[in-house]
Amino acid sequence: MVRTTVILKNRYFDSVFLMQVAQRIKAQQGISDASALLATPANRQILAAMGYAGLDGAGPGDLALALEGEPAAVAAVAAGPEAWLSRGPAAPGAPREPRSFAEAVAARPDCGVAVISVPGAHAAREARAALEAGLNVFLFSSNVAVEEERALKLEARERGLIVMGPDCGTAFLGGAGIGFANTVRRGPIGLVGSTGTGMQEFSSLVHQAGSGISNGIGTGGRDLADAVGGISTMAGIEALENDPGTKVIAVLAKPPEPAATARLLERLGRCPKPVVLCLLGADIPGAAATIDDAVGLALTAAGLPAPAGGAVDLRERAAAMAAELRPEQRHLRGLFAGGTLCYQAQAIFRKAGLAAHSNAPLRGMTALADPMASRETSFIDLGAELFVEGRPHPMIDATLRRQRLEQEGRDPSVAVVLLDFILGAMASADPVGDLLGAIASVQGARRRMGGRLWLVASVTGTDLDAQGLQAQTRALAEAGVLVLQSGARAAALCRELMLLTARKEVG
Amino acid sequence: MAARLEQLLQGKPVFVNAGVRGFGDSLREAGYEVVYLDWSPPAGGDARMAEILDDLL
Repeated sequence: MVRTTVILKNRYFDSVFLMQVAQRIKAQQGISDASALLATPANRQILAAMGYAGLDGAGPGDLALALEGEPAAVAAVAAGPEAWLSRGPAAPGAPREPRSFAEAVAARPDCGVAVISVPGAHAAREARAALEAGLNVFLFSSNVAVEEERALKLEARERGLIVMGPDCGTAFLGGAGIGFANTVRRGPIGLVGSTGTGMQEFSSLVHQAGSGISNGIGTGGRDLADAVGGISTMAGIEALENDPGTKVIAVLAKPPEPAATARLLERLGRCPKPVVLCLLGADIPGAAATIDDAVGLALTAAGLPAPAGGAVDLRERAAAMAAELRPEQRHLRGLFAGGTLCYQAQAIFRKAGLAAHSNAPLRGMTALADPMASRETSFIDLGAELFVEGRPHPMIDATLRRQRLEQEGRDPSVAVVLLDFILGAMASADPVGDLLGAIASVQGARRRMGGRLWLVASVTGTDLDAQGLQAQTRALAEAGVLVLQSGARAAALCRELMLLTARKEVG
Repeated sequence: MAARLEQLLQGKPVFVNAGVRGFGDSLREAGYEVVYLDWSPPAGGDARMAEILDDLL
């Protein structure tokens, strides 16, 4: 068994393509492991920890190919890395792809939206070029300075366009789900949202309740911050007011600063259509505190029945779960692919007076000194910047979450692991399957220690998603995972269990 | 304002994709037209150099 690192200077590929390259190499006879990563500082550290050398001097513009396996197989790949990096020849007679937005619009004047996911350092430049070419912008890239964001959004407003992002994961425009989006039917509910997974959860629950989404405008996580001023949120609300297909407008955000909240409330107060405001974790009269509540209010406003869901049955289920725990099992570990669901779960715990740690703490929760090491009850957002620099998001690539689950599940103090699974476009082809091995492994480890490790999960998606809501849910249930109808319900079941273990400790 | 955005909400948008090709591929699979940019980092990935070139051009 040998390990070799090949560095290719100044080679840019997107991280999803590189993940596919690594998977193809790994499938070769004689290769036991392969990684293809841009040599960012974080990735160099990860590869070094895996025992790969020869990374000194490589930079974020360089590609690192790390290979492990039989000497002959490794040497064969290392001798001709280019063969693995070819995207295949273009179809004969296919036109050359344009190099700029201006060129694209010149060739296709009916283009309306630029979808931009280039590395952060280049994102503002490309977004500006798209606006100058007359395009609305869906900006998935993050790491754009807040001053740049404001300047781009002002420029868009001048031109009658919108910038959704930076750091925008999801939007629905004219029936098209953009980015990480679930396949939902169209319907009367319009959505403006600053959180991608929040919009996915909201739209999926609306679909599951039999209704649908007219349009969904993503704004990026910082839009409502005072430094940006809610420019895209306001543009989105106005567009939905004028959209004849939208009967109800829902606005979904993490709680902004008080001045921005007041501005938003004032604006929504002038809206001629019924409005639902969901500020996750905020205690504002009339506003929904969870996505489930927001869905219920939106359905009611659209004249449809809201799904039911009481707390009593959760208490009973939690009591039955607690009966199978050992006394030392007192803590929860939440391992989230969706940042908003991580945030919402903390809000649900905080409201019940339960303390927790997090790498992305809600106000009142404690920041983890080391995001790689959980303490007591911890909620980990594995989509946080630290974990995704130069590698795909955990919704696409489950590697980090799998490793983390193996680590947390072996901690004797853990009673329950809370997981979210996000289906839809861009997500892994089998999000549940990616973790089933690790789930079985930690369940087995706990059985050997005595007691039982509970796993509680929610699945965000619909029956129209390629992964299939039913198939994914069934696979979890067959693996002994408790699946609840939503992220909020899954967190609420865990809350009831943790209230019981906390009482046990006091008693 | 935002006339072009409002048109989009009622029509069938056409997209231009720059960066991760999967974003464009998902839209195409869902039946939307997508133009792909042949994008690579300007000035060999040096953002500072790209800014200097932008200022010069």
